[in-house]
Amino acid sequence: MSSEPYLVVSAILFAIGVLGFLVRRNAIIAFMSVELMLNSVNLSLVTFARQHGNLDGQVGTFFVMVVAAAEVVVGLAIIVAVYRARRSASVDDANLLKF
Amino acid sequence: MQLLEIVNAVPASGLFSLAWLLIAIPLASAALLLVLGRYSDKWGHILATAAPLASFTIGLVLFGQMLSADEGSRAASVPLFEWLSTGNWTIEVGLLVDQLSILFVLLITGVGSLIHIYSIGYMAHDDRRRRFFAYLNLFIAAMLLLVLADNYLVLFVGWEGVGLASYLLISFWQHRPSAAAAGQKAFVVNRVGDLGMAMAIFTMLAWFGSSSFSDVNAGAAELTPFWATLLGLLLLLGACGKSAQVPLQSWLLDAMEGPTPVSALIHAATMVTAGVYLVVRSNAIYAQSEIALTAVAIVGTVTLLAGAWIGSSKDDIKKVLAGSTMSQIGYMMLAAGLGPVGAAFAIFHLITHGFFKANMFLGAGSVMHGMDDDVDMRHYGGLSKAMRVTFITFAAGYLAIIGFPFTAGFYSKDHIIEAAFDQNTVLGVLALIGAGVTAYYMTRLMVMTFFGKKRWADDVHPHESPLVMTVPLIILAIASLGAGLAMNGWIQGWLAPPTGHEVHDTPLVHFTTIGLLTLAVVIVGVLVGWFLHRGEIPRNEPTTKNPLVLAGRADLYGDALNEHAIIRPTRGLSKGVAAIDRGVVDGLTMGSASLAGGLSAWLRTAQNGYVRTYGLTLVIGIVALAAIVFFGQLV
Repeated sequence: MSSEPYLVVSAILFAIGVLGFLVRRNAIIAFMSVELMLNSVNLSLVTFARQHGNLDGQVGTFFVMVVAAAEVVVGLAIIVAVYRARRSASVDDANLLKF
Repeated sequence: MQLLEIVNAVPASGLFSLAWLLIAIPLASAALLLVLGRYSDKWGHILATAAPLASFTIGLVLFGQMLSADEGSRAASVPLFEWLSTGNWTIEVGLLVDQLSILFVLLITGVGSLIHIYSIGYMAHDDRRRRFFAYLNLFIAAMLLLVLADNYLVLFVGWEGVGLASYLLISFWQHRPSAAAAGQKAFVVNRVGDLGMAMAIFTMLAWFGSSSFSDVNAGAAELTPFWATLLGLLLLLGACGKSAQVPLQSWLLDAMEGPTPVSALIHAATMVTAGVYLVVRSNAIYAQSEIALTAVAIVGTVTLLAGAWIGSSKDDIKKVLAGSTMSQIGYMMLAAGLGPVGAAFAIFHLITHGFFKANMFLGAGSVMHGMDDDVDMRHYGGLSKAMRVTFITFAAGYLAIIGFPFTAGFYSKDHIIEAAFDQNTVLGVLALIGAGVTAYYMTRLMVMTFFGKKRWADDVHPHESPLVMTVPLIILAIASLGAGLAMNGWIQGWLAPPTGHEVHDTPLVHFTTIGLLTLAVVIVGVLVGWFLHRGEIPRNEPTTKNPLVLAGRADLYGDALNEHAIIRPTRGLSKGVAAIDRGVVDGLTMGSASLAGGLSAWLRTAQNGYVRTYGLTLVIGIVALAAIVFFGQLV
């Protein structure tokens, strides 16, 4: 079985994630785009594991999932905190950290 | 020139091992007075006067012991402790009590004690009298260390110590800018001499591996002529700085800003003679180099004329005496530069000069005390009646310095002039002229101060000084008159071992052709001095076009010469270096700093705070990396 379709899907998902992150202002959407990128990578990792016939890629996927779960906890907490402070979830409004 | 006999000092025994007390007592007293501060204001001057008296007593006892010992065992060395040991060098601190140093000890502590007593009266109204006495004691201790050291390096410690005390005391009235400046000037000019001294010590350490007198004396014969000459000239430079000899003479006249007892003790009787001591002590080195010895004699001759010249044209009584001091030390240097023949005469004149010059300086202080601290002789006149004791004691000093028959200067100075004639007629004639000028300016001083009509203002009431000031004057006056008679027949034989000199016959009543010639020149000088100043003396310095007088009033342009020959070139050089520092060095560092600053100011605009811009940068970077990896594989 060819792994090419899976990788194409993974690449498409990743490109959608990148574009979403770059063009959307809403922090929640940007966050979802990041998750999309992570999961596209998961898909390609699982594909490669299957292709090579060992479990290394699948183990890596689990790691990514764990990290993503932790990241969601922290990230959403930050977004909520920012929203409470500024009454806005736009990433362009949180632009104070600069020269 | 015959090789000098090396005199070996015997190890100290009995009382001699206590010689360190000579230095320790005044040092401890100075430390106590400085540490206790105002608590010792009430009794500080008493303690400080007792300290040199105690040292004088110890000195007298040691001197008595040396007199009773036979000649071979008079010099005693007193090892104290090891100072430092590094590499090949071990520096021991020790004292050398020999015929030369004991005379200095007696002069320093004897005249020093008298001046301490005098200062009790002179400084009675000064708020900081205790501090003054502490510094005087510090000076006595340092000066004793200088003359008692058995080693050039330890001598150097004392040498710097007296320099410090001199600085502190010249600028004692530091609220006067002129006094503060004079202290600094003395300090800076002395550093030039110290440079010579330090380099001489380095040379000794390199050649002999030791700086002790015995090692240097023993090894001096091995010096090559070049190094012997260099060593002699370096020591001469040191001596010039300390003894205010040309070309380092300029500080002494300004040093008169200090209180008068200081001028008497440090800048006339003792410290300024340290250079003569150094040259006499280093006779083994000078025996190896005719050139260095001649240089000493020439420096002495030039200075004795320059000092006399300056003394002849000043109206400030202390500056006249300062010029006279320069001149008399010039005589000593000349004598020391005549080789072993003159060394004993140099020390002889040094001691008699210590008496009569201290006497006259203290006399001048007494006059100033009665005249509300006015130093201008044009405001004096007719003081002989108002200040009887001061006048008579000053006259004793006057007779001694001009060389009136049978006074101290008659013996000590005439010996030098005769010895100079023996060696070199030119030096002899110049020394003879110096004697005439000395008689002239001292007569001028006497006439302007004590004779003629009164020229002081009506609100000045000249009065005799208290007993505490006049008693030291009387003692010094007796010494000025009698020291020559007492020491003439004895000092040469006494000093023969340390100076390596065979004794000349110098009877008490002794009129040679040169002696009579000197006397004639002196009489001419006295007559000229009296004749020119017998009439009215204007209260203000008259303007004159006489180049001799103008040069004398300007200290023979010593300051101007220093200004043009040394200070301005140095200042120009430092300005140039500073400009290079500002332009090139600072330019490089500041330029690179502003370059980095500008670059980072430009770079930081990339930090615009928009998360999405950072994300885009990240993506572009990753794409670029991926492209490099991908196309790199293709190539």
